[in-house]
Amino acid sequence: MVTRAQIYDWLESVQDPEVPVLSIIDLGIVREVKCLENNSWEISITPTYSGCPAMRVIEEGIKAKLSIHGLTDVHVLSVLSPAWTTDWLSDNGRKKLKEYGIAPPVNEVDKSVLFSVPTPVPCPLCDTSNTKMISQFGSTSCKAHYQCQECLEPFDYFKCLK
Amino acid sequence: MKEKLLNYVLRLGDDSLILGQRLAEWCGHGPILEEDIALTNISLDLIGQATSLLNYAGELEGKGRKGDDFAFLRLEKEYVNCLLVEQVNGHFGNTVLRQFFFDVFRKNLFESLQNSSDKHLAAIAEKSLKETKYHLKHSSEWVIRLGDGTEESHLKMQESLNTLWRYTDELFYEDEVDTYLKEQISVPDLSQLKNSWKEYVDNILKQANLIIPTNNWQFQGGRVGRHSEQMGFILAELQYMQRTYPNMEW
Repeated sequence: MVTRAQIYDWLESVQDPEVPVLSIIDLGIVREVKCLENNSWEISITPTYSGCPAMRVIEEGIKAKLSIHGLTDVHVLSVLSPAWTTDWLSDNGRKKLKEYGIAPPVNEVDKSVLFSVPTPVPCPLCDTSNTKMISQFGSTSCKAHYQCQECLEPFDYFKCLK
Repeated sequence: MKEKLLNYVLRLGDDSLILGQRLAEWCGHGPILEEDIALTNISLDLIGQATSLLNYAGELEGKGRKGDDFAFLRLEKEYVNCLLVEQVNGHFGNTVLRQFFFDVFRKNLFESLQNSSDKHLAAIAEKSLKETKYHLKHSSEWVIRLGDGTEESHLKMQESLNTLWRYTDELFYEDEVDTYLKEQISVPDLSQLKNSWKEYVDNILKQANLIIPTNNWQFQGGRVGRHSEQMGFILAELQYMQRTYPNMEW
């Protein structure tokens, strides 16, 4: 008999297609793993952003991974509430992001304050805080675009969402 | 009840869908790369919201239609988005101003809608609100920057304001759908939202040195399927693939 812990373990190797260094467990988007009946499982996941185009690929990734382990009756459910927040990123996930060259979320900016000083984000390469925000919208919904003023490297910042 | 809720969800969903489609037209045409990416990111959020809403509409209707069927296979008069979102992009400042009016409206609406007793709608509102706050910051800053910018940017923004203002009243259009759902599932009271909308908008326009036109003729009709001539052009592009190759998937 397969246990929930085992399934969580297997899901550790399902990647986020847009940030392949992160697993869906690191990302904190797996909300529930439920056994419906004999070897039939329901996995609830939640999108990082409403329009996240990775959701369908992730669903297929989950089904493919579990079928390798003999589970073919798997339902993937998308749930919206409670809404995903970057607080659910695991510590391991934060570490992996930085090693990959993406600055992990620091703290939330108050979005109701206009022309506010952008969050100081340390450069993932040289660790200086002397960096500058280029755009609060980046290569995917979950990222903003920064540049390091010391080593000049442009980099992605995984923006804080709460 | 179900019919009214369906109509309400379609109004929300169509607003997101049509504005998302409009913003997507900017892809590859933004004035600078960062803004090209910003507008299309916002478009993606809106299309995502539309997907959640129109899929929910499909569930409510119970005839097996999915979100895509609502997006791609309805007739013009069956769309119930407001007229503001279907207006042409024009120049960047015009797009930003249209977005600004919409973002203020949406942020206030979602803040209130997350308390609805309809759990599904409340969940969509809770999720979308987080995204809308980013959009509103972006559009508010640009309205100020351009309105209070150079002589030319100011002039262009004032012209856009003169044109777009007449589509703003319709955001707060209420009929028996709203009246009924306010009682049943506590959807937002739009006349209350209008006050907070006006207060925020006045403040930003003041900082942008822009003046609200005194000729206050206001258009409406979108909520009951009467659209401006722009709508047909949008649908021609939006629906082209499904109309030409019915049921195609990729």
